[in-house]
Amino acid sequence: MKEREPKIVAFLCNWCSYAGADLAGVSRIQYPPNVRVIRVPCSSRINPLFIVKALQQGIDGVLVAGCHPGDCHYISGNFVARRKFAVIRSFLEYIGIEKDRVQFAWISAAEGARFAEVVKEVTEKVSRLGPIKKLTETRRS
Amino acid sequence: MQDAERKIKAEAKKLLDTKKVNLVIGFEKGTLPLRVSPVFIYNEDHLDKLVWNCLCENNLATHVAKIGSRKVAVVAKGCDARSIVALIVEGQIKRDQVVVIGVPCQGMVDRRKVEKEVEGEIVEVKEENSQVVVKGDNFEKAFKKEDYLYSSCRTCKHRNPSISDILIGEKMEENTEVNEYAEIEEYEKKSVNERWEYFAKEAAKCIRCYACRQACPMCYCEECFVDDSYPKWIEKGLDASDLAVWHIMRAYHQTGRCVDCGSCERACPMEIDLKFLTRKINKEVRDYFDFETGLDPAVSPPLATFSVQDRQDFIDSGEESTGESQGE
Repeated sequence: MKEREPKIVAFLCNWCSYAGADLAGVSRIQYPPNVRVIRVPCSSRINPLFIVKALQQGIDGVLVAGCHPGDCHYISGNFVARRKFAVIRSFLEYIGIEKDRVQFAWISAAEGARFAEVVKEVTEKVSRLGPIKKLTETRRS
Repeated sequence: MQDAERKIKAEAKKLLDTKKVNLVIGFEKGTLPLRVSPVFIYNEDHLDKLVWNCLCENNLATHVAKIGSRKVAVVAKGCDARSIVALIVEGQIKRDQVVVIGVPCQGMVDRRKVEKEVEGEIVEVKEENSQVVVKGDNFEKAFKKEDYLYSSCRTCKHRNPSISDILIGEKMEENTEVNEYAEIEEYEKKSVNERWEYFAKEAAKCIRCYACRQACPMCYCEECFVDDSYPKWIEKGLDASDLAVWHIMRAYHQTGRCVDCGSCERACPMEIDLKFLTRKINKEVRDYFDFETGLDPAVSPPLATFSVQDRQDFIDSGEESTGESQGE
């Protein structure tokens, strides 16, 4: 049986990372088609619940990307977001969700090539982990 | 203890007499021998109900969160006072609305632990110096308080109230030596699958009664994310994955807000190990942001602020060196 391709959700901030993804597209840079992009106004729009919920729904990996620190369109959104990410990331690892399932990156609007790189890297790491089973299991004996 | 009880009553009387407050929140004797319950006193006729002993386990800040515009006095142990500070910091109440009757705390006795030690029903409880004596139909047994404290009390570093307008008795010496995160550190050493096994097993016990949420002073939201129906974040049933999401998010929402009073765990009818989640959150808050909840009403909560120097070694910034933020 052919191995299932991993499904990855990428939350991209509207002002940098989404534009970076767009640049990757118009520059015709190849990257794995496993990512489903969700555009958010700012990385600080991401409630950790979105990440947990995505994993629960059977998404194998989540990528969260925003503007580099100092470049936030809303001045300090990504600084605030960074604190939330630090906590939820190590907390998920603590309760037993592999840390590569949730990854974070700063990608600017000019980094089209890097966006493709990051997606490649994330996809590879998530593929290695295989399909998510932990949070999706519905019954325990 | 008797002495503290008398002083609490006297102070409460003074506050009500002078109309400084309209309400005193304290503890009264519960309907069961090992229980004490919160009491709300509006006039001095009921002042006699107030008690203070080693069973006053509830975090009274839970009720302080709901006072609206009233002026209240509240009997506060170390953890209650810290929760009150956390509520002030979050703008839920104003500092001048509460008169904190601070009581240095010696730790509260775990009633479940005592109950497990005796056969038959306990009908009477007495506190004698360092012992609790329980009586039943045909037994009488004395327990050393120290050995039967709640786990959060055993590792407590803030026995004295962080804020108080009136202090009952003398300040106690703080137990600064203890490592409150020893168990968490042990747990972190386990493999990722072992950790999931344990978490999933604990979460699966949950019956979604939300007692943990109701007992927590910081869970004051009028609408909790689990009650939302649009979007419906999680289903209402006992599906294992929904239980896991609930426990992950409940703990996460405590970031920089939990004082480790242990109310959630005591309220839990299924005896789920809830503190192993919130304690980890507290540990992260300490390690990442060098913050401890409820010590200073002038310091903003960690998730409401930031520093340019915050750690970001877990974020792919496209640079060789990590941990440092990139300028414009």
